[in-house]
Amino acid sequence: MNESPRKVRVQCEINGKAYTLEAYPMTRLLDALREHAGLTGTKEGCGEGECGACSIEMDGALVNSCLIPLAQVEGAQIRTIEGVANAAQLSFVQQAFLANGGAQCGICTPGMILAAVNLLSRNPEPSESEIREGLAGNLCRCTGYTKIFASVVDACRLARQ
Amino acid sequence: MKSYIPHYRLETPRSLGEALQRLASEPGVWKPFAGGTDLMVLLEAGKLPQRRFLNVWNLPELRGIIATRTHVSLGALTTYSEIRRNAIVEQEFPLLSRAASETGSVATQNRGTIGGNIANASPAADTPPALLVYDAELELISAHGTRRVAFHGFWRGYKQLDLRNDELIARVHLPRGRQNWRQFYRKVGTRRAQAISKVCFAGAAQMDARRIADLRISLGSVAPVVLRATATENILRGLTPTPALVHAAQEALGREIAPIDDIRSTARYRLRVAQNLLAEFCESLAA
Amino acid sequence: MAIENRHIGRPVPRKEGREKVTGSARYVDDFTFPGMIHGVTVRSPMPRGRIREIRFAKNIPWHEFTIVSAKDIPGKNCVALLIEDQPCLADKFVNHREEPVILLAHPDKYLLEEARRAVQIDVEPSPAVFSIEDSLSKKQIIWGEDNIFKTYEVEKGEVDRAWAAADFIVEGEYATGAQEQLYIEPQGMIAQANPKNGVTVWGSLQCPYYVHKALARLFDLPKEKVRVVQTETGGGFGGKEEYPSMIAGHAALLAWKSGKAVKLIYDRAEDMAATTKRHPSRTRHRTGVTREGMLVAMEIDFTLDGGAYETLSPVVLSRGTIHAAGPYSCPNVRIRSRVVATNAPPHGAFRGFGAPQSVFALERHLDKVAATAGLSPDEFRRKNFIRAGETLAVGQVVQEKVQMEKLLDRALELSGYHQKRARFEKENPRSPIKRGIGFASFLHGAGFTGSGEEYLASEALVAATREGKVQVLAGSTEMGQGTNTVFAQIAADTLGLDLDQIEILRPDTSLVPNSGPTVASRTTMIVGKLVENAASAVKNSLVESGFLKSSFTPSDFGEACARYIDKFGPLQSLAKYQHPSHLHWDDNKYQGDAYGAYGWAVYVAEVAVDPRTAEVRVEDFVAVQEAGKVINPVLAAGQIEGGVAQGVGFALYENIVWQEGRMANGQMTNYIMPTSMDVPPIRVYFEEIPYERGPAGAKGIGELPLDGTAPAIANAIAHATGTDIREIPMTPEKLMDLLEGAHE
Ligand SMILES: Cc1cc2nc3c(=O)[nH]c(=O)nc-3n(C[C@@H](O)[C@@H](O)[C@H](O)COP(=O)(O)OP(=O)(O)OC[C@H]3O[C@@H](n4cnc5c(N)ncnc54)[C@H](O)[C@@H]3O)c2cc1C
Ligand code: FES
Ligand code: FES
Repeated sequence: MNESPRKVRVQCEINGKAYTLEAYPMTRLLDALREHAGLTGTKEGCGEGECGACSIEMDGALVNSCLIPLAQVEGAQIRTIEGVANAAQLSFVQQAFLANGGAQCGICTPGMILAAVNLLSRNPEPSESEIREGLAGNLCRCTGYTKIFASVVDACRLARQ
Repeated sequence: MKSYIPHYRLETPRSLGEALQRLASEPGVWKPFAGGTDLMVLLEAGKLPQRRFLNVWNLPELRGIIATRTHVSLGALTTYSEIRRNAIVEQEFPLLSRAASETGSVATQNRGTIGGNIANASPAADTPPALLVYDAELELISAHGTRRVAFHGFWRGYKQLDLRNDELIARVHLPRGRQNWRQFYRKVGTRRAQAISKVCFAGAAQMDARRIADLRISLGSVAPVVLRATATENILRGLTPTPALVHAAQEALGREIAPIDDIRSTARYRLRVAQNLLAEFCESLAA
Repeated sequence: MAIENRHIGRPVPRKEGREKVTGSARYVDDFTFPGMIHGVTVRSPMPRGRIREIRFAKNIPWHEFTIVSAKDIPGKNCVALLIEDQPCLADKFVNHREEPVILLAHPDKYLLEEARRAVQIDVEPSPAVFSIEDSLSKKQIIWGEDNIFKTYEVEKGEVDRAWAAADFIVEGEYATGAQEQLYIEPQGMIAQANPKNGVTVWGSLQCPYYVHKALARLFDLPKEKVRVVQTETGGGFGGKEEYPSMIAGHAALLAWKSGKAVKLIYDRAEDMAATTKRHPSRTRHRTGVTREGMLVAMEIDFTLDGGAYETLSPVVLSRGTIHAAGPYSCPNVRIRSRVVATNAPPHGAFRGFGAPQSVFALERHLDKVAATAGLSPDEFRRKNFIRAGETLAVGQVVQEKVQMEKLLDRALELSGYHQKRARFEKENPRSPIKRGIGFASFLHGAGFTGSGEEYLASEALVAATREGKVQVLAGSTEMGQGTNTVFAQIAADTLGLDLDQIEILRPDTSLVPNSGPTVASRTTMIVGKLVENAASAVKNSLVESGFLKSSFTPSDFGEACARYIDKFGPLQSLAKYQHPSHLHWDDNKYQGDAYGAYGWAVYVAEVAVDPRTAEVRVEDFVAVQEAGKVINPVLAAGQIEGGVAQGVGFALYENIVWQEGRMANGQMTNYIMPTSMDVPPIRVYFEEIPYERGPAGAKGIGELPLDGTAPAIANAIAHATGTDIREIPMTPEKLMDLLEGAHE
């Protein structure tokens, strides 16, 4: 191939642990997480920023990891689904998804939970329309979203208690 | 992934100066890479012929929303999330605020930038109609200095910009003082989120009792570029909207836009919706 | 033996829920095998024609690649299903765009994609057919002798003589579009294969034994040399019913030739372009009614577009045909149906399986029939609903305690139908937004049609360990709909155990018996019953052997198991499907007891239409159904809600733009499915009339919501705007044309 490929080494923190990821600069963060860091909880549903299955938090902001090139991850703090539970203790959002039927096939669930966690960190008591808007970038084909809304509402209740 | 990833380079200059130097010394070789919400989609689809990119995401000079007495200026890297969170923008430039909140979804809004939206030059982009209505000006920067151009006319044709390949968009300047204008925004994209506009309508008018003293109308997705509907404006300017006048304006709009059939919609639909939204805008002025 | 329901009827959490909410559930793309390489498919660029040449461009190191073509296939080049007309790799001729021709494998994913682009398949084009009309006109014969895969004819009474008794005759033609299943996990498989050990595949799939059958034929291997393992499956909805056999074949062929494990995962664009969609349909109705609003004759002509190969089309057509006359009692009915070939990728299974198409036509049409007879939609249906003891179009005497009127009453009341109807009619003339409310009443047969279950002869195994753990072994797959949980609830209550004592084994054809495909709303009702029977037999063995008393604790149970196993060996029971002796079906006449049981439902939709943009918003949705005992109310409501959301898409947004047999909008950006901002509040209610042959009284519900949602919405739009909605998806572009027509 005509141009010699150059990989980059990127240092970042994922779920509180330091990582050095070595790959091409335009490697999608999604692939770096799944293939280089071995964190397969983050899913690919479209690769074009539409479905949100690859949602993660980067420096506290919800982003689609399929649209982030590795070269932009230098120094970043990342949270994936693997970092949402505290050891064996599920987060309120996870507990609520489990109790309310928020997950069916489960493929949208990691991204959906990250989106919900991120929403609640910005807005601990969202209204129904704020929940709908906060999750609008995470497509779910199984649930019709109804039980997901209920899960988020329930997570707020758990957090209040 | 339909692109060969090893071919692509993405380098991070340490400063704005270094970035501008790189752009100037190897003209056309490097292209800026901001939030990546357009570029990464093109990469995935195998539609990114350019192979070398400069990561400008971390350049502080291109960030931030600053208000002066006469203008509010937004750094090119201002994200949709930052726009919609900003109180001055929300009060004085509600169309821009609306455009930002109706773009993509949270994750897209956290990465997508106003500069990228302008430079990508999609006829379906959603901030440009608002920017045209507000008479926005762009500040362009290169190793040779800065220049300031009106946004109206910056897009010369489909994906053709008045931007040299050694230049970056630095800031977007919006003149203040239109709080009292009546403002109207509507994005039509079939679903409520994650929608690409089939028609996007932005309008603002300064009313003198029932008379339209001055106005701006702009539409997206109805021509090769986002359009300022000046002929339509001229018909309405200075007059009180009556059914006959609105009808004449709708006719003028029909002549001014050039919608097409594509996989998202039809020319006929776009024309009808554009005209109907014009009428809705005029009704909103009477209310 | 009295069974106490400690779990059945309760919203127990999903069995594999913890793995799903923590991201540790493993889907096919999450697996990596030692030495594994990647595979891709090179596809036809033309809808129809002879393959002239296949060119490999010079810029790729081809010697590093595994390259497979039709000549590498050890067995028969087909995807064995009902018949064997579809090749696994096109050989000399292609019949649709995206038809697989060449397979490539290489360790480097990026280089592999470069290589895929570097293969050029040169096709000498032949004339192709892209629509039902063109296929029926037979100007080009593209399949068999007449382009027709299958026809059915259903006759009840004497239709030709009945028209004379009708005061009004109402005709109408209706159409539905193709719909993409759009499971969020794209399809994929991993294979290991060699002549010594045979073929093993792991993947995202609904029907392990379909894949098993196809692989055995493709490789000409004995059954025991083929193994199919389901990985966690990120949604199916029918889309992973037949197509996984294709991908499994491809991955296995590459593995066979390379000697390495091969992973073949589709990206979204490939999945949308190549895999099956819901069959597009066209339905013609001719209906005779009396002045009093009684149905006297129905003539229904139902046609599906099957795409290029037969796949499951005859079965889809069958269900669509049987459901075409709905839950009504009409003395004279004729249904003629056919599925035709076109040069589109084969259309296939999608939740509802032909019924959503014919139910849409019927429920739209009946609103018009009612209006012609001067009745409101509900008055008209009330007069004609089928009642217990009456006969459906296929001649099945309804044995269930069907109560359509009660369902209707409840749905109309919960939705405020009458008040809203009156209010909207009053307010619409002066309102810029036009509101409407509409409903659909329908039925959906659970399980395979006719003698289908008898042929399937499904089996399920329940086994207990020395520690008192109970394993359920079945080929039924979990893909989000709740199989694992429902089986666990049934087994736990039958045995009087706790849920965590029940383990549901992952479907693996080397371990689990064939409980039939996970389709047709059959898993809970049919396979769930087998699980109940097998579990009950295990308990009986323990009780009869004297090791277990009739009342016991979990630890008693464990002790009893250990003692039993020590004395008699393995403690397990295999339950086999027994076809109820009172059910009779005649495949030739297409008459008889089409289904053992039906789900019955009335769905009400409220919409707001903005005439300026012709955008429709569904504002409220009420779904009332009777589907027997509800085993898990949260899972069951979740099924309905998800199905309603898919139905909203089917009705309003999900438009496939075809260009010469190719999906031109195959990206999630341009194929519009509902987001969280687009779904209405969905209010779900169950009437529970236990079905004596279902486990704990349950029937099937999975497909029900796809039938009624779209016609309810279409009827609501018609009410709001006065337009005649005859086609879905009713996109704003189409509705705008109708609205403008209405004004002229
Ligand atoms: C899921 C999704 C939904 C979306 N929805 C919408 C929508 O509803 N409405 C809408 O309008 N858009 C939408 N977009 C596109 C929108 O996010 C982009 O247009 C965004 O604003 C581009 O900014 P960016 O920083 O991501 O640009 P990038 O992708 O980084 O760059 C885009 C282009 O701009 C150039 N560029 C970037 N910054 C500069 C600069 N400072 N000076 C000169 N050139 C520059 C780049 O070279 C490139 O050519 C969507 C995108 C996605 C993925
Ligand atoms: S995979 Fe990233 S948004 Fe779909
Ligand atoms: S649970 Fe299956 S896509 Fe959301």
